Amino acid sequence: MKIIVPTKRVVDPDQKIRASADGSRFEIDHLPFVINPFDAIALEEAVRIREQHSSDVEVVAVGIGVPEYEEQLRSAIAVGADRAVRIACDQELDPWNISCVLKAFVDQESPDLVVMGKQAVDDDSNQVGQFLAAQLGWPQATFASHVELSESNLHIHRETDAGIEVVSMPMPAIITADLRLNEPRYASLPSIMRARKKKIEEVEIETLGVKIEPRVQVLSVRTEQSSRTCTRVDNVDQLLECLRGEAEVL
Amino acid sequence: MQILVIAEHDSAELRPATLSALAFAQSVAQATAGTLQLLVLGHELASVVAKGVKYSPVFVADSPELATPVADRYAQVIATVVKDQSIDLLVAASTSQAKDIVGRAGGLLGGAMASDVTGHSFEEGELQLERPIYAGAAVATVSLLGSPKIVTIRPSSYSPAESKDVTNEVHNLTIESSSLPNQIQLESVESKKSARPDVTEARVVVSGGRAFKNSEDFERIVGGLADALEGATGSSRALVDAGITPNELQVGQTGKIVAPELYVALGISGAVQHLAGMKNSRTIVAINNDLEAPIFGVADYGLVADVYEAVPELVRKLQQQAN
Repeated sequence: MKIIVPTKRVVDPDQKIRASADGSRFEIDHLPFVINPFDAIALEEAVRIREQHSSDVEVVAVGIGVPEYEEQLRSAIAVGADRAVRIACDQELDPWNISCVLKAFVDQESPDLVVMGKQAVDDDSNQVGQFLAAQLGWPQATFASHVELSESNLHIHRETDAGIEVVSMPMPAIITADLRLNEPRYASLPSIMRARKKKIEEVEIETLGVKIEPRVQVLSVRTEQSSRTCTRVDNVDQLLECLRGEAEVL
Repeated sequence: MQILVIAEHDSAELRPATLSALAFAQSVAQATAGTLQLLVLGHELASVVAKGVKYSPVFVADSPELATPVADRYAQVIATVVKDQSIDLLVAASTSQAKDIVGRAGGLLGGAMASDVTGHSFEEGELQLERPIYAGAAVATVSLLGSPKIVTIRPSSYSPAESKDVTNEVHNLTIESSSLPNQIQLESVESKKSARPDVTEARVVVSGGRAFKNSEDFERIVGGLADALEGATGSSRALVDAGITPNELQVGQTGKIVAPELYVALGISGAVQHLAGMKNSRTIVAINNDLEAPIFGVADYGLVADVYEAVPELVRKLQQQAN
């Protein structure tokens, strides 16, 4: 069985993001980057599936991006991926084009399962998994909080606005990981050392036969500031006075 | 532009979020001298359709196979309608259902999609959309290239459309059950019916965080204040992770986005990811025993106190006033 884990390289979510003065881009070049936290959860799930199944399971982490991405892909190997692949690309791709590239890669690799994060914490679009499933014509289970495999059937819990939904579907399928699917492990030091020696495969986008056609044009960006000043109250009575009085909310 | 809005409903009523989607769509229809129609999918839809026709013409996809919103079936029907009706703009409210279903439909329709749009404008005839990124720390203004365009809107950013005393036409679509995909089986939905309003629809939301040690305390204190204010309860991620509250109460970047008149954050520290879900509330109150909790940075009123003491006192005084 082969599981592909698409990942995205994002700015560490703890960093403060600043837009350039002209609003054309974000000043992130010197900030630390990590694997998108939701993709780390997806990778952990793939590794757990391999650990729980006696049959041969190969976990392939893939990312689309610049050479610097190799650092994050190496940490994917340290956590347990069997192979890591960088699809070389130096432009920012929108969700549609990311999906087109991943589809071409999936067509080449013929996995049984694609597990990826439900959204990237920079773009917050929550689209790629669904686009990919549509392009492949595969069933999808988005916002997964629990995954069970039996034979070639998947049994998945999804977190929805209404609560937990349980679905089942055959493979091949796409799963997008939600927060509570698992808690990703820390790579052990020996694993990190071993990963340093592993080769990160490199694929040129041209060999995948994908023509990049932008669907989303970013016109400008800006950072949001909080314009509120907090009135500190000393007790409940004062709070009620404020809410009934100037706030006019009670 | 020919606009199609996907209706989300509970088989009786249109969800308020759909009315927000209609408001966005109406604005775009007006600006482009375009047309607006609603698509309702499901089974036994007479009641919903009767509400829908007060807003626009309604396309009805009624079939037993569509009784529950399953992504592969729904997305295919939506994509077919968009192509058959030459729709330029597909619109839905950004709910978990729409992310799942309309996202897949977007993938069937060429992917010119923007999610969770919080504002829009027209510049020289081009539709420009604002959407939050980096957990709401920033906003991107984007335009979509190609057709159809697919937009999901953040309900809290668009006041619900108003119905009119009219009855628009109904078009019943023929659904070929044999052509519908059938790979995703819905086994069960576990959802607790609450007497309280939905957290995304309530005028008041009272949320609890790490300060609460168990579900009983949460229900008694957070629930108690919510009931005194006739509001909904919400939760930070920490409590859902700990199994103290169910996932559908989670407010935040990857949970629900709310913007009520009053948001009361109890024992919530205020991580960026939580703020993403509530910082546009009209009035924000924070009660936390940590003077330096980041939540005070986005609150209008802050009280440094133990929620286990301050909140019962608050509830008592609210009830006294009411009597």
